[in-house]
Amino acid sequence: MEVDQVTYTVARALAFSTPLLWAALGEIFAERAGVVNLGVEGMMILGAVAGFIVAQTAGAPYLGLVLAATVGAAAALAHAFISITLRGNQYISGLALTIFGLGFSGLIGRSWVGKPLGTPMEFITVPGLSEIPLLGPALFTDQYLLTYVGLVTAALLWFILYYTRPGLALRTVGESPAAADATGTSVTLVRYLAVVFGGLMAGVAGGYLSIAYRPSWGEGMTNGMGWIALAIAIFSLWDPLRAVAASFFFGAFFFLSFLLQKVFPPELLTLLPYTFTIVALTVVALGKEGRAFGAPEALGLPYRRGER
Amino acid sequence: MADAPSVQDPTTQQTPLLSMQGISKNFPGVKANDSVEFEVRAGEVHALLGENGAGKTTLMNILYGLYQPDAGEIRYRGEVVTFRSPRDAIACGLGLVAQHFHLARRHTVAENIALGLANTPFIFPTRALRERLRELGNHYGLGVNPDARVWQLSPGERQRVEILKALIQGAEILILDEPTSVLTPQEAEALFQVVEQMTSESRAVIFISHKLDEVMRIADTISILRKGAVVGRLKRRDANPARLAELMVGRTIAPPERTSDGLRDRIVLELKGVWVRGDRGVDALKEASFRLQSGEILGVAGVAGNGQAELIEILTGLRQPSRGQILLDGEDITPLGVRGLFEAGVAHIPEDRNHVGIVPGMSVAENLVMRQYRYPPFARGALLDQKQVTRFARSSIDQYDIATPSKDTPSRLLSGGNVQKVILARELSGDPKLVVASHPTYGLDVSAAALTHELMLSQRARGAGVLLVSEDLDELMQLSNRILVLFAGQVMGTVDVEEATSETLGMMMAGAPQEAALGATTDA
Amino acid sequence: MLERFGIRLVPRLAAPAYVVFLISLGAIIAAIIVTGFIFWAYGVNPFSAYAIIAERTLFNGRGFSEVVRKSVPLLLAGVGLVLAFRAQFWNIGAEGQILAGAVGASGVALFVPLPPPLAIPAMFLAGFIAGALWGFLPAILKIRLGVNEIITTLMMNYIALYIVRWLINGPWKGESVVGFSYSDLFDRAIWLPTIGTTRLHWPTLLLGLLLAAFIAFLINRMRLGFEVRMIGEGPAAARYAGVNFLTTTLILVSLAAGAAGLAGVGEVAGIHHRLVEPNSISLGFGYTAIIVALLARGSPLAAILTALFMGWVFASGDVMKVALRLPFQITGVINGLVLLFIICSEPLLRYRIERIGSRASAVESETGPA
Repeated sequence: MEVDQVTYTVARALAFSTPLLWAALGEIFAERAGVVNLGVEGMMILGAVAGFIVAQTAGAPYLGLVLAATVGAAAALAHAFISITLRGNQYISGLALTIFGLGFSGLIGRSWVGKPLGTPMEFITVPGLSEIPLLGPALFTDQYLLTYVGLVTAALLWFILYYTRPGLALRTVGESPAAADATGTSVTLVRYLAVVFGGLMAGVAGGYLSIAYRPSWGEGMTNGMGWIALAIAIFSLWDPLRAVAASFFFGAFFFLSFLLQKVFPPELLTLLPYTFTIVALTVVALGKEGRAFGAPEALGLPYRRGER
Repeated sequence: MADAPSVQDPTTQQTPLLSMQGISKNFPGVKANDSVEFEVRAGEVHALLGENGAGKTTLMNILYGLYQPDAGEIRYRGEVVTFRSPRDAIACGLGLVAQHFHLARRHTVAENIALGLANTPFIFPTRALRERLRELGNHYGLGVNPDARVWQLSPGERQRVEILKALIQGAEILILDEPTSVLTPQEAEALFQVVEQMTSESRAVIFISHKLDEVMRIADTISILRKGAVVGRLKRRDANPARLAELMVGRTIAPPERTSDGLRDRIVLELKGVWVRGDRGVDALKEASFRLQSGEILGVAGVAGNGQAELIEILTGLRQPSRGQILLDGEDITPLGVRGLFEAGVAHIPEDRNHVGIVPGMSVAENLVMRQYRYPPFARGALLDQKQVTRFARSSIDQYDIATPSKDTPSRLLSGGNVQKVILARELSGDPKLVVASHPTYGLDVSAAALTHELMLSQRARGAGVLLVSEDLDELMQLSNRILVLFAGQVMGTVDVEEATSETLGMMMAGAPQEAALGATTDA
Repeated sequence: MLERFGIRLVPRLAAPAYVVFLISLGAIIAAIIVTGFIFWAYGVNPFSAYAIIAERTLFNGRGFSEVVRKSVPLLLAGVGLVLAFRAQFWNIGAEGQILAGAVGASGVALFVPLPPPLAIPAMFLAGFIAGALWGFLPAILKIRLGVNEIITTLMMNYIALYIVRWLINGPWKGESVVGFSYSDLFDRAIWLPTIGTTRLHWPTLLLGLLLAAFIAFLINRMRLGFEVRMIGEGPAAARYAGVNFLTTTLILVSLAAGAAGLAGVGEVAGIHHRLVEPNSISLGFGYTAIIVALLARGSPLAAILTALFMGWVFASGDVMKVALRLPFQITGVINGLVLLFIICSEPLLRYRIERIGSRASAVESETGPA
């Protein structure tokens, strides 16, 4: 019984950490290219509502997911235009995207509230691996495909970031756009791609919530997860593999607070992940590593040739 | 180009490797380049000489594809080419070693170089690079560790990385923009030898500088740029420093009058065994001890990053020493912060005048009281007395001849020289006991630099102690009474200016103790 | 990129006030036009929709009082944010600070027996202090450790929200309340007075106007304002000049967050008269206050106008819901659109658009050659 509960907790934490991971990975790529996008929450919720509507009407969950990703990417494109081409304030632009996304999703999703998805994404159980004692039920039983795709993506992105030429270009653009520019790398193009990719990932994260995890649409259903994904990007020191660990950690926190509701007032438990986000950011700021491998040096700064 | 003498030289017969014709570039309010003609031939060092702000860097940014010219054309081996981005320029064999290096500080040397190469593999971009780096490094004597992170390297090593990067990209034409500003004299000489080796392999080098002696040392041809236009072109054998200086500045310049020293009746500043922890957690100053008398200018020489910045920070309260004692007029000022030191009479002329010395968005008047605003007469309780601020601003603008449309103009609209005047007017207004000046003439034109020098000298004559940090050895030797050399956070010694030569100082800047340096240069 | 469209951006010196005003107005009009398309998509004629909204919010006494009463919390929180943003302290936490203020005031109202003439000032004081305290942690973390205040202030919003929920479901749940989550009603004697039969609680409005005037004075005439501007416009220079970042930031954040706290006091003591569900105490006023502050472009007095405008957006939301049967979420959309258009219009303040080929640009100079 005890053991069952532990494996169940791990399994649910894994499921809960999946959207955090997807969104955080996207944000890590955008920030590695030097663009902060505070619109993660907005892109997620737009992805969630668009994905849900398409999945519901077409009866095809994966088509819904594709649309969620597309909508997330399109929203990110607006942010990219403002912050890269217009060189506007990235922080405010992202915030506007979040405010707009929360409002707009509520508007178009109004008539879909409270109707569970007819054809939700299905659980999968990994053959073979799920037979392993303890680990099997904890990690390989009744999860969504997106969880495993997310983990593989994290590994892939890690490899791309550190061991391939496009990854090198991306990191250089975020560290020193002038250096990248001098080698003929287009700072604008790289940043656009990174930001749009970030939106795509956030869209998938939102789609996961409304098409798989819930599966239904509720206004404001992202509930601050986008902000926590932003914190994970920082907490993981902009590293995709660390982001896996950090997401799982936060996922566990969310799920634990859900589990302990019988013992503690639920409202006080729900605020734990938010409190922990502040603690986590403080720990990073205190730690030595945070200083040595801090934020990309050009993070948040528009680039213009000839300006130093 | 009427006054550019035609050059009789065998090389003129062949087509130039690269030529720029009628290049003009306007920035809002400034004609940065005005119908510039420039060419460079294989096997030649062509120097581009001019004051700060003459348009040298703009011209090279055009050549490297970073800016598009408003008019004019570039020819490569006689063919007209358009460089839309550095990629096009690199493809025509150009390489740029910019004054402010184009390097990602937290990346390794290999990563920085790999990004610029056309044939870098998709996966493991730095793996194949090591061998080539070693070969090239051995060939030119430019060894660097490919796995070192750029921030760990000295400025001289970073420059090597930039040169290697250009060479590995296949540069036949190398642009060096003010390359010696970060080097010791010995390192500069080593660079000249690399340049000579490259030209002997029939590469071309464009050498940008505002220093006459090094242009005379290394250039084959010298083009002089003034206010965006080429005002002369000479072969080195036809050139002499006086002629070059006149062309560069547009008039003959008199050396500054050597004013009398002030009364040396007391020790203004004394450091006793001061240790300072730098940003990266290593000791940036190690047991530094020295004295500065009243009526004296103490120059501080050293390659950038050897502790000068931290020395200035502890003297102005921006950083606390970890050990040791600092005395001002015999009083312990070690624990004082920025405010305390300002009140004690320490003026600070910071290195980065546009971001540290002023608040660019605030008015000239506000910037003039940026340090004094919290004391009477400017402060009245919790309020600022606008009348007093205005009065002080008016008198400072008059006294220092600050060219500004009004006292309410945002400071960011002033020229570099006028920004420096604002800072000087503010810092020198309270007759400080100690003036800490960091690179006070860097990037200024000749007249603003001369004014700054005059003010330093008059502070000395008044009896203040002046600590002058500069990378320009000529400036240090011209103004200082004594020169202190810092290397790796240690005081290598203090040399009287009469005994100082650039060789001695250069050896000390490279880590030789004072006795050895003096001995070696007097033996020679 | 823009060059492809035959235009380029030319830096300008400083935009004159009328240009700033026109550009801000342009951003607002753009948002209103786009919203018109949303009306149209919902099958509502945008012209008649705006006519109905105008009639019920602007040309109707009671309607207009609703506009003003919704702009009261926006003004208080917005003026505070103007101050915080001048120091480049990106406080996104006004929402949480409003809730903290509401809790502070409710605590006094419910548990501290005071005669009414003392109780009302005590509620405001408690709300101010509670709001200020809610801003302290992010301020200290930013100055001491460089922790990004945007994320911390935002997290503080969620924390405040759940604390209020916990209070109204647990310890502060009203004894006379069954089936609902809120506290007992405050004593009628300490309800904030309103103008006539409207819901416009004028003491809070008065506080907002006074605060706007005070912050304008502070920024332009006081040493503290000078320091705030130095920190905001040139942090390195401010450090060099000896400004104490921690003290100055703590003072300005207390003012900013405390002002938001006052807004929370007004909502519980003037409207609901009890501690209620957090989403009812604040309809997102804290987030909208960000727009108020940004639209005001650093001027506390302009925030009076921009708060009125955003108050009108909220009041219009009610009209849309009741008269046009449109969802209230439209106000969120308008909020987001206004913010997006403001940020899009920013470059117009820094640059002029010019056709390539025209040569008139050589006069105004900001960036010289490198």
